[in-house]
Amino acid sequence: MSMFGFFRRKPQPDGSADAAKERLSILLAHERTGRQGPDVLPIIQREIMEVILRHLKIGKDNVDIRIDRGDDFSTLEINIELPEAGGAKPKAASSAR
Amino acid sequence: MAKITVVTSGKGGVGKTTSAAAIGAGLAMRGKKTVVIDFDVGLRNLDVIMGCERRVVFDFINVIQGEARLKQALIADRRLDNLSILAASQTRDKDALTTEGVEKVLDELSQEFDHIVCDSPAGIERGAHLAMYFADEAIVVTNPEVSSVRDSDRVIGLLSSKTRRAEKGEEPVKAHLLLTRYDEARVTRGEMMKIEDVEEILSIPLLGIIPESPAVLKASNVGTPVIFDEKTPAAKAYSDAVGRLLGEQLEMRVQPGERRGLFQRILGRTA
Repeated sequence: MSMFGFFRRKPQPDGSADAAKERLSILLAHERTGRQGPDVLPIIQREIMEVILRHLKIGKDNVDIRIDRGDDFSTLEINIELPEAGGAKPKAASSAR
Repeated sequence: MAKITVVTSGKGGVGKTTSAAAIGAGLAMRGKKTVVIDFDVGLRNLDVIMGCERRVVFDFINVIQGEARLKQALIADRRLDNLSILAASQTRDKDALTTEGVEKVLDELSQEFDHIVCDSPAGIERGAHLAMYFADEAIVVTNPEVSSVRDSDRVIGLLSSKTRRAEKGEEPVKAHLLLTRYDEARVTRGEMMKIEDVEEILSIPLLGIIPESPAVLKASNVGTPVIFDEKTPAAKAYSDAVGRLLGEQLEMRVQPGERRGLFQRILGRTA
């Protein structure tokens, strides 16, 4: 740092500490509630797969499950890639809140 | 009966061994007969931090497996009469630690010492589990940083569910928060979480605030627990924490980090 830089420098509020606190509060709220029960996501995934397989022929790789944990609500997003049917490649997506 | 205190954190590198050495020495300085045990089998480090690495003959695992008597394995500190160290094995693996073996050693130590300080390894596997299992109190070492706070939260959960006190339905393990590597200047700039933020998130009582300090590395370099370097802010902060651990009512003060002088700052040099 130059000498002039030192004299000119004003404390710039960074604010990333607030982001850290907020992220931790959300994360831990979820982790604390989830600690007792088993991990439900693999169970949901398996059961959904069972339902779909009863009607459609799809591979395990064609199902994509994501979760986004938020402060007020969380979203569970399930994307199922359906097999090719007559040239076009339809893609069904459903999401649940 | 000795009081068993585990120094734990979940995350590695936050200052568990530094804190276990400083607090063990601090208890001995206040006249308590104290032993510090390294539970990090395979990666022992308490011996180098306490400066007795060249005097380790037998270790904790030797005692558990009946290859040495406890008296032979205990290393007496050369600076303080009432301080001893029990080193971890460097060659065995963590499976050598058994619940029964650990219990037997702790029971025997309890006859002779006032305080047993268990230096936990990082993680939540066997070594860490057994380090906390028999504890009466816990010091949860935490840096004001997201991954450390998250892991501390997990460990606090384990203290209230996976310890002997929890399993027997006794009074729960008393957990204390020890905030380490705290940098007031960065907190002022909004770059680091405030003490109250971490306290609020983890909601366990604060035992002390150890400022980020060059004295910690210096102490490790020479194998002297940092609390011996009495003039340094880190030593003062550890000394206060030990006092609070023994029930003293001490005002919570943030020791100033070693400040760089104006001249050094203009030259842009670090201390």
